[in-house]
Parts: sequence; structure tokens; C-alpha cells
Amino acid sequence: MTQTTLGAPAPGTAGSPGTGAGTAPRATTFAKALNAALADAMQADAAVLMFGEDVGTLGGVFRITDGLTARFGEERCFDTPLAEAGIMGMAVGMAMNGMKPVVEMQFDAFAYPAFEQVVSHVAKMPNRTKGKVRLPIVIRIPYAGGIGGVEHHCDSSEAYYAHTPGLTVLAPATVRDAYFMLREAIASPDPVVFLEPKKLYWSKEEVDLAELRRTFDDGQAPRRIGRAVVARPGTDATLISYGPSVPTALAAAAAAAEEGRSIEVIDLRSIVPFDDETVCASVRRTGRAVVVAEAPGFASVASEIVARVQERCFHSLAAPVLRVTGFDIPYPSPKLEHFYLPSVDRILDAVDALQWEDRP
Amino acid sequence: MSTATNKGRGSLMGGAPGGTPSAHTLLPSAEPVQLVDQDGQPTGDGRYPMPDGKRILGAYGRLVAGRRINDQANALVRQGRLAVYPSSHGQEACQVAAAVVLGGEDWLFPTYRDTVAVITRGVDPLEVLTLLRGDWHAGYDPYEHRVATQATPLATQLLHAVGVAHAAKLRGESTVVLAMCGDGATSEGDFHEALNFAAVFHVPVVFFIQNNEFAISVPLKNQSVAPSLAHKAIGYGMPGERVDGNDLAALLAVLGAAVDRARDGGGPSLVEAHTYRMQAHTNADDATRYRSAEDVERWVPRDPIVRMRSYLRALGLLTEEGERVLADEADAVAAAIRSGLNTEVDVNPAELFEYVYTEKTSQLREQAALLREELARDADAEAAGTDGSTGGDQR
Repeated sequence: MTQTTLGAPAPGTAGSPGTGAGTAPRATTFAKALNAALADAMQADAAVLMFGEDVGTLGGVFRITDGLTARFGEERCFDTPLAEAGIMGMAVGMAMNGMKPVVEMQFDAFAYPAFEQVVSHVAKMPNRTKGKVRLPIVIRIPYAGGIGGVEHHCDSSEAYYAHTPGLTVLAPATVRDAYFMLREAIASPDPVVFLEPKKLYWSKEEVDLAELRRTFDDGQAPRRIGRAVVARPGTDATLISYGPSVPTALAAAAAAAEEGRSIEVIDLRSIVPFDDETVCASVRRTGRAVVVAEAPGFASVASEIVARVQERCFHSLAAPVLRVTGFDIPYPSPKLEHFYLPSVDRILDAVDALQWEDRP
Repeated sequence: MSTATNKGRGSLMGGAPGGTPSAHTLLPSAEPVQLVDQDGQPTGDGRYPMPDGKRILGAYGRLVAGRRINDQANALVRQGRLAVYPSSHGQEACQVAAAVVLGGEDWLFPTYRDTVAVITRGVDPLEVLTLLRGDWHAGYDPYEHRVATQATPLATQLLHAVGVAHAAKLRGESTVVLAMCGDGATSEGDFHEALNFAAVFHVPVVFFIQNNEFAISVPLKNQSVAPSLAHKAIGYGMPGERVDGNDLAALLAVLGAAVDRARDGGGPSLVEAHTYRMQAHTNADDATRYRSAEDVERWVPRDPIVRMRSYLRALGLLTEEGERVLADEADAVAAAIRSGLNTEVDVNPAELFEYVYTEKTSQLREQAALLREELARDADAEAAGTDGSTGGDQR
């Protein structure tokens, strides 16, 4: 994996408008891949609309919607009044009436006023109507921390959504996945909460966006919703992670390799549906597991993963499944966040605690 | 009876599309529009034209049926056939008018109390009552008659209405959306966001508040101190109007004008109907705790049915024979509801997992299998003559 993570936010550096019809692999940012996925989805299907706060003329505070209004017009990518419940509720009605809305919630903690619409209607409408009303809505949420953002800009809110039946919850960690998963989310007939790790917006990979587009449009891209992936193979222990924590887990695995331990890293990609198969196959192979996630650990997605692994892999386990998560505190201020975020050292300490002395 | 002098032109009559409206054209009338008073006499209110007598007569028949549906549903709750029923007794004129002013291409967004409106729109009563019987959450296909699911959370559906209207507008369709709510819902944030979004995007939505004076037990004065709920419209730049909610003729005129205005590109508007909830919030509620019998009695003479009957009888449009026919039709609706609800419905536990995602997740497949096994074990136990449900966990 050639991904690198830049630490500091740099709004406006996410690339130029358009879809970037590059002919050869070149350094492409996560943000640029999302922008291309939106443009390609809007190009492919006139029912796809993008709206939210500042997504039009400005192109989004993170420039993910850069150039979409210029290219597709104000009816296809538009700014709304500043009201998240309004954005979400209007999306429900538009989806009921034949559109495929993609909405941006601007920041994780700004999405909470829309929570009732998400929980009471987006998630339940298909079920309430026995599938008569489908809501193919994508809720894009710039999410999680590590960018030096002030309060209410860095929450990890995945557990709220993952706990709500009816929602698909995705968190890409690579540039390639950012493109394919957003395309897949928009194509899904079900509502999708699409969590975009803010600290990965400026990470880069060598990818050819035109090739990704062709692969997706030809139906050649393997499914990502519901499918985890082995991001780094290993034999001694498994790190299970998703979204913003995946690069940290990979860095920890690389560091562990230097100490002679072969650590496998699973990138979940899809929190709901959850890929028990890939996760459990790995843990059964390695016999040890640590879950790495940025959200507070109590009653979290990480807790759920630990529970599932213990239920399914108990007899393969050489040690308890451990968690490295954020602390159970409100997301800290910028000068304190590095104490909070799962770090390579904290992950390595957890790996060290996996009762290696008991290994036969 | 209201006076008809110098009321000016109704604010929903002939609103010019586009441009920044001036404030005074957005304000509702000083008093609610009333075309027929409680004695059945035309008021001479010149702000809106009196609807055609035959049109009123047609709607009157639905009014009679609506009352009968409310009575029947209340009886079915007492018999344990419905889990609960929020009655619209006394508000039937609002219910009927909301449904009949819409065309086939239009959408109705009802609340949980608007069962009569949904039935009047043409949805099968038994499918409507699925929710209240407890078989499933919504028993009808919203697309069949363009009636959204009955909303239980307050005001959230108003935003959905805006979305449906916006989508229709983007496609160049002439759809109008009529979205209903009660007085309590006007305090919710979604109410304000819906009105603002509708005005900013200039979409064809009619917001229709049935102000029945109570949100469960809380009276209007604890809900809002605005001069009227219709006055809220001006803050969003749309016209507001007040109408006597027990006057079917006035409702047809005012809501009809609002729908016409929306269809002609005039944008959204807000209509407040002044009515009264003659019965408790639901059968589970004790209304004597928060209002007196005298309060309720004061509204009895304003009954929408009695008033319209007098008016139509005086016009010679309604005869005794005609009334009998309408009563028989209403009885037939009630009988169909009664017999339909006296039949036990087989609920299918497998359906629990069917409509959560388009494709069942592996987690849901596992849970569906677990439930199937439990049911098979119970069936086996029953076949063997043992009671599998008692004796605690034997495993």
C-alpha cells in the first residue's frame, strides 16, 4: 500500500474540478477520488442529486463537491438553508419521489439535528412500508478526528448509525475504496451512511481514476458493501480496524514486523453489514486479535466486534480479544487529541499483551 | 356568526408567482374565513367564492362517512380489535377537504390522526387501519393513491412533503403536495425547517394545520403566543390563511385556492383551520384531566355535519331520501371495516427480516434461522402434545 497520511488539514488542496480523466496512475487524493465518484455517479444517472451546506459554489468545506454545480447545474448540486434535519427530511421526500439524493452533513457532530430523520424515517421507511418505499439516500459525513479541528468537528458517530437497523454504514480507508465505495453506496437501493475520515482526505495513492470508472461501470469492481479486506497479511495476530484507524493499524503492523511479529490487518470497509467471514477466518488463523478504532470504546462498534469474535472464534483464541480505542470522553481539543487517538505504540502495547508466553 | 364587512381579499387568492412579496399580502385574515355559519346560513364572506353546491354535497357525503368511520373505529378499540385510535371526531370537515381538493397526481401527507383523510383519498380502510390494529407499521402502498404513510413523530413528514414537491418540480410535473399537521407540531423544529425550505425552494406545498386546541393535554396557549398559527407563515415569506375548520365550504374554498396557487407556480402557503378535538387524544387518554365538559359542550353547536346539512337542505340539494342514501353508504363503509377487523390476520414472523435491507445481511439470515428453529421446536412440541412454552428453559 502506497498510502500516506498528511497530518494537517489543507482545505482547497483537494484537486481541480472535474473527473480527472488521467490516463496513467498518478498520485490521487482520497478527496479527489470522492469528487470523481460523485461526478461519475451524477454523469451516469440523472436521478442522482447532491445537496447540503456550502456544497454548491464553494464546492464543500473539504472541496469534495468541487466543480459539480458548474458541471451539472444548480438543480443537481445545490446549497440548502443551514438546517440538517431539513436537508435529511427533504432527501427522504426526494427519494420517495424518484431521486437518488446524496447529502453532505459537513461535519460529524453537525449531523445530530438530523438524527431523528435518519433514525425514524431514513432507516425505517422501507420496513414500515414492506419495501414499497425504498430510500436510496447516501448521507456523506466528514468524520472523526486527527486534523486539529476544534470541538464538534471530530466525533466518531458510527455506533449511533450502526445500532440502527436499516442503515448501511461504510467507512473507506483507501483512495481506491473511497471511489468504489461511494459509487456503490449511490447505486445501493438502501440508505447508506458514508463516513469519510477527514484525516485521510489528503492521503494519496497512485491510481488511474479513468480506469476505476471503467472498472465500476463495467461491473468489474468487486463488491465492497459487506466485504472486509485483508489490508496486510500476517500470521501471528490480527488487527481489525476501519476508516481513519486503518493507516495507524498498518503502521503498527509494519513496526511489529521489525520486531519479528507477523501481524495481519483487516480493513472492515463495511461496518454494517458486517463481514464475520473475513474477520473470523483471519482470527482463526492467527489466534489473536486486537480491534483498533478511534471512537470511545464503551458500547462501541469495537465492543461489538470483540463480542462477535469471542462468540465465533473462542476455541481458536490464544488470548482475550483486546481493544485499542479512544477514551470514553468527549472528543478532546486539538492540543490534546494525540493523547486520545489510538497510536502505533498503544496498538503495539496491546499486541504485546496477547499472552504470547502461552503460545505452544 | 362573523361579520362580512371589509375583510379584503383572501391572501391565497391570486398570489403573484415570484418576486419578493410584501408583508401585508402574506398576513392571514384578522378572523378565520367562514362561508357558512353554524346555523347553516351563508355568511356573505366575500374573500373566497362559495364552492359549487354539488361539490359541497359530494364532500358532505364523505363527511357523513368520516363520522361513521370515527365511531366505528372507537367501537373497535373498545372491543379490542384496534390497539388504539386517535379520533378526528369534530374535525371531519378538515379531513374531507384535505383529501378532496387534491387531484390524482397530487400527494397527501397525513398524520396519525388523519385516518379519515386517507380513507377519503381512496385508500382501503382496512389497509389504513393495519397500523392501528398492529399487524404492521404501514398497511398501504403510498404510491397507489399518492398518500404518504401516516406520520407518528410530529412535523417530520412536512419535510418529506417538501422533498416530494421539489423532486416533482425538478421533473417539471404539476404535482401539488398537501401536508397536514396539528397545532402541537408547529412547535417542532422540523415544522420551521419545512416551511423555510419550501419557501426558499419555492415548491408547491400547502401546509395545513388542524388547530384542534390541544396537543394531547397541552392547550394552544402553552404552545404558541403568536396571534394565530397562520401568522407564522409571514416569517418564511409565504402567505398564511385562517379558516373555520368546521365549515366544509370554507375549507374547500381556502384549501382549493392554496392548491391552485401552488399549481400555478405561486409557491407554498400555510392554512390554519380552527377546529376542536371533541374526543380524547386517543382512547388511552383521560381528557377530563385537562378540560371541562363545558368547554367541549361549547363546540357541539359548531359541528361540521349539522351545519352543512342545514345549508344543503335549505338549498334543496339534500333531501331526506338523499340523507338516507348517504347514511346507508356510511353504514356500508363501517360494516366493511367491522367485518374486516373481526377476522384474525395471520402475521408472518418470517416477514420480520424481509424489509430491513434489500438483501438480507448474513446477520439477519442467522437471526431468521434462529426464529425458524424456535418456531419449529414449538410446533413439534405442540404436535407431541406437550406445552413447549412452559417450564422455563429446558435446554
